[in-house]
Amino acid sequence: MTQKPRWGELEEEDDGGDYDYLLPPKQVIGPDEHGLKKIIEYKFNDEGNRVKITTTTRVRKLANARLSKRAVERRSWPKFGDAVQEDVGARLTMVSTEEIIFERPRAPGTKAEDANASGDPLAQMSKGGAVLMVCRTCGKKGDHWTSKCPYKDLAQPTETFSENPNPSDSSATGATKGAYVPPTMRAGAVRTTAGADMRRRNDENSVRVNNLSEDTREPDLLELFRPFGNVSRVYVAMDQKTGMSRGFGFVNFVRREEGERAIAKLNGYGYDNLILSVEWAAPRAN
Amino acid sequence: MRPILMKGHERPLTFLKYNRDGDLLFSCAKDHTPTVWFADNGERLGTYRGHNGAVWCCDVSRDSTRLITGSADQSAKLWDVQTGTQLFTFNFDSPARAVDFSVGDKLAVITTDPFMGLTSAIHVKRIASDPADQVGESVLVLKGPQGRINRAVWGPLNKTIISAGEDAVVRIWDTETGKLLQENDKDIGHKKTITSLAKSTDGSHFLTGSLDKSAKLWDSRSLTLIKTYVTERPVNAVAMSPLLNHVVLGGGQDASAVTTTDHRAGKFEAKFYDKVLQEEIGGVKGHFGPINALAFNPDGKSFSSGGEDGYVRLHHFDPDYFKIPSI
Repeated sequence: MTQKPRWGELEEEDDGGDYDYLLPPKQVIGPDEHGLKKIIEYKFNDEGNRVKITTTTRVRKLANARLSKRAVERRSWPKFGDAVQEDVGARLTMVSTEEIIFERPRAPGTKAEDANASGDPLAQMSKGGAVLMVCRTCGKKGDHWTSKCPYKDLAQPTETFSENPNPSDSSATGATKGAYVPPTMRAGAVRTTAGADMRRRNDENSVRVNNLSEDTREPDLLELFRPFGNVSRVYVAMDQKTGMSRGFGFVNFVRREEGERAIAKLNGYGYDNLILSVEWAAPRAN
Repeated sequence: MRPILMKGHERPLTFLKYNRDGDLLFSCAKDHTPTVWFADNGERLGTYRGHNGAVWCCDVSRDSTRLITGSADQSAKLWDVQTGTQLFTFNFDSPARAVDFSVGDKLAVITTDPFMGLTSAIHVKRIASDPADQVGESVLVLKGPQGRINRAVWGPLNKTIISAGEDAVVRIWDTETGKLLQENDKDIGHKKTITSLAKSTDGSHFLTGSLDKSAKLWDSRSLTLIKTYVTERPVNAVAMSPLLNHVVLGGGQDASAVTTTDHRAGKFEAKFYDKVLQEEIGGVKGHFGPINALAFNPDGKSFSSGGEDGYVRLHHFDPDYFKIPSI
């Protein structure tokens, strides 16, 4: 591995940035008696390191290998009958413009998977009645695992927020950068006011979610917030007259830290094409 | 895969046959000229002009030099494969239907339809190695089955002839004495006309397709029923893969009802079944009418289908096909 030379150290080149002349020429070895052909190439990768690429391919003459001597002979037979004076425009033989697939009644590979699943204790249990297989993307039970969900590409990647670990300090204190935190909720004030008896039960660790799409229902919200901890209540505000969602809802967590984590993660999170705003619910004015 | 479409026939296809090397494909249709194609790229090599009626069946000798065809013009003809010249004509008093060369190509079986008061018959002809010595006399004539005999093939070691036809019974005949040796059990047999019959490569078993929407696999010697493949439409054509444990059934609804139904409802597809498990493993669509003829290339890597729509579709399988799990 040699470091790509710095441009300043190089003499000026017309095709600046192309250092291919520094590389050994491409080598082609073979094909040998087994039909193996080796191609050795050198190139710079993105980090400027020189890499050697060896490609080994097998060369096979399919048509001749398959045909017998008699068949090869037949190949050169003159045309006869109506085939002698065939007009060029006749187009008797055409390659289908349509790609025809070998249609499987089951999706390819499902059978093999079933065989695997029979040895899987989890699958055994799910057959026994308990539905353990719940897809987190589309919510279907017992049909497939989340990673196998056919709607995987359409949904938001739910794993992302649990995957990249947030700096624990900021989530513990609830002071996420940029998000406004009311003075009563700030790190120092939390301890003293959080347990205030003034609050109603419903307000305990209640998180307000704004900018929900109209299609979002309580189960969806539960789905969204459950990864952060035990959710004691979910509520989506509905318009009494129209029955439509009013676009916001509340989620109550059992523990405050869980709520903090949810706010830290989901505030600004794209959900159903809308950017959520998640904050602590303001205590009811009474 | 992208099938190769061969439009050499103006009328519905009736039969397809590969030669032993799998480089030539012979097609018969209700127009009067059987045609030979290169089986790899679908190029037309030649036609065999001379029949004056629908050609129902053909067979090619093992060395790919002789072709025999059976036609509704009450004749069966021997052809030179390379030049397309007629070598001999066997004349009958009724339309010829099925033809088959024996192992060794010394004999041929030809069936004739019931016609103008004549009953159907199975004729065995001796095939001379030199066409000049060819005679038209039958070595053996077998009679008895009612209705058309749609297929007749040679059994193991040329000792028997297996026939099947409109009366839905599979029969095994002795070629020495001309006696009927076996008939299949009525309870397990087909319920309607048997339209096609295909032998396995080694001849140990054969597959019959019937209008009763099923295909059955039989032992060639004992005539025991081995497997049954049930489908949704009448079966006009059957084929067995020489490479994998697959059978192909082709069919679709009756040609007379085609114009009144959507082509999707007709199920004009070649259906692949696992030979052992009797499970459907796939389908290949494309024809605009029922499939009348199916043939597997002897290498098992391609197959062709001929339809009522007049097209031969030659399919070279994608690599995925060979990865289908099997037991």
